[in-house]
Amino acid sequence: MQIIDLLQSIMPMVLFYSAPLIFTALGGVFSERSGVINIGLEGLMVMGAFIGILFNLTFAEVFGTFTPWLSLIAAGIVAGIFAMMHAVASVSFRANQVVSGVAINMIAVGLGVFLTREIYGSGQTASIAEPFYTRTIPILSDIPIIGEMFFSGTYYTSYIAILLAVFVWFVLFKTSFGLRLRAVGEHPMAADTNGISVTKIRYIGVILSGVLAGLGGATYALTISLNFSAMTISGQGFMSLAAVIFGKWHPLGAMGAAIFFGFAQALSVVGRNFPIFADVPNVYLLIAPYVLTILALAGFIGRAESPRALGDPYVKGSR
Amino acid sequence: MFSNRKFNLLVPLFSILLGFLVGAIIMVVFGYSPIDGYTALWNGAFGNAYYTGETLRQSIPLALTGLSIAFAFRSGLFNIGAEGQVFVGWLAAVWFGITFDLPAVIHLPLSILVAALAGALWAFVPGLLKATRGVHEVVVTIMMNYIALHVSNHIIRAYLLESGSRTYRINESASLRSEFLTDFFSGSQIHWGFIVAIIGAFIMWFILEKTTYGYELRAVGFNPHAARYAGMSVKKNIIMAMLIAGGFAGIAGAMEGLGTFGAMHTHAGFSNLGFDGIAVALLGANTAIGSVLAALLFGALKVGSLSMPPVAGVPSELVEIVIAIIIFFVASSYIIRWAVLRFKKEEK
Repeated sequence: MQIIDLLQSIMPMVLFYSAPLIFTALGGVFSERSGVINIGLEGLMVMGAFIGILFNLTFAEVFGTFTPWLSLIAAGIVAGIFAMMHAVASVSFRANQVVSGVAINMIAVGLGVFLTREIYGSGQTASIAEPFYTRTIPILSDIPIIGEMFFSGTYYTSYIAILLAVFVWFVLFKTSFGLRLRAVGEHPMAADTNGISVTKIRYIGVILSGVLAGLGGATYALTISLNFSAMTISGQGFMSLAAVIFGKWHPLGAMGAAIFFGFAQALSVVGRNFPIFADVPNVYLLIAPYVLTILALAGFIGRAESPRALGDPYVKGSR
Repeated sequence: MFSNRKFNLLVPLFSILLGFLVGAIIMVVFGYSPIDGYTALWNGAFGNAYYTGETLRQSIPLALTGLSIAFAFRSGLFNIGAEGQVFVGWLAAVWFGITFDLPAVIHLPLSILVAALAGALWAFVPGLLKATRGVHEVVVTIMMNYIALHVSNHIIRAYLLESGSRTYRINESASLRSEFLTDFFSGSQIHWGFIVAIIGAFIMWFILEKTTYGYELRAVGFNPHAARYAGMSVKKNIIMAMLIAGGFAGIAGAMEGLGTFGAMHTHAGFSNLGFDGIAVALLGANTAIGSVLAALLFGALKVGSLSMPPVAGVPSELVEIVIAIIIFFVASSYIIRWAVLRFKKEEK
């Protein structure tokens, strides 16, 4: 029974900790499947969190309870535009994609905090007036045991994230666009020969990763942190990247990994209250996602095989 | 036409110029005077002995993380894990400095060595996985960064905590600080670490340019297949390159532990020394001397930026943006080459 008690109190938390990771990891899947490494997920999340909070603080009076939803959309759009920088550098300028990603991370934090100081006069914004609130879903929450686990006291964004993962799976594996995206990431020359524009597809992949990471960052800001500062996003982007890899570049795998990492995070916060976990030092839960990802990469937990053209700029006519 | 050598100089200079230009544009857009802003930056970096000392102090760990990343780059590896290697090196040096009480001539060098070993150990994992199982080192080193962050916080809290979030202070015999330097730079936190950084740069140059081993490393970096065909062990070279790179980053951590702070704090996030080291290495074209010069530039930018808010009212984060733009353009050197060549052509 104790296990059920534990799950019932922890599952809502798992769901809302993992939602930002799921969004961002799905973004990572788009970019990496098209052959562009995206270390910049962290920075794109920072941008999303910043815009989400900025929009919310500015328009809370105008849009009332719709504000958090519109904030999400604004964050996705701006982060998508911001991701163009990474696309321009790594696709058109043939820059080292890892370095470009590092630059994205630096610019995002620098710009976000710079603008925060400009607009609010300090390095941290006020708390937002219109955050997302936890909901209890009628009827579904009355189901015994799982009702309380999955359908009470959590945010709509968590369900959207999970549904989106299924949608992304559909797009990647059941549509011609998905086939093209994967072809470009595996063998760009073959794709090019078949008349697919490698450049265009890769731009779309990177921009989508920006949109989704922006949604992820904004979700984190609007559900968990409720304000923006340099420390709002500290590592969630890299953890999402880990989820992409741990999930073997598959949308549903990435979602599963993100939920699992969210579980580890939730345990590290509330695990103390439960006798089973009381004696486990926090540090094991904190490092679990990273250790597991390394083990997965090393082939101890199934082999994680990356898209074959990942990281290579495509130069027309070269072999 | 331009030779490659000229390009190697032109690209960084061009990128720095573009970085400052973007910074100036941002200042104008937000209603600041770029001249005031950059004057405050300059004075805050070199305006007096204190600021100059601080600039040098900031450049020391940056030069060493830069060397770490540059060294790995030369053998075809991307050590994005300098961040974590700095943490374990810092922790190891502080632990050694607290626990033992030895004559300074032995204690100090041993503390630095212990830090190098810790950093090397942390880099060994990605090196081994790359060499034996072909796992991309970028992902593994990122994961190792977070493991280092959480593990070092845990160890500090569990075993070394004195008060608040800080460990005990290291014994005087392991310290790099000196009255003489502090007085000379009117109270700056500068320490003897700059000699360590210069020795480090010399060691890197010597290994890469003057030993067969360095030749092999570079060969593996240029073309692993050719290197293997010539009878070199690619695996051994990958592991060795990561070990040495990790050692440099570990020493960078020791500079913070034994020099600047004399202790270690728990960290909520990264120190950014490792990520800035990427910028240093890139701008320095992955050479030893280039890394030292680039570290001086970034050290000056970081320290100088602190004077921008009080003097010119410009938020110090502007400098982060400038640094990021510089890396962005160095990374996109292809487009700079293309633009310069195009420009030249039109002139004729």
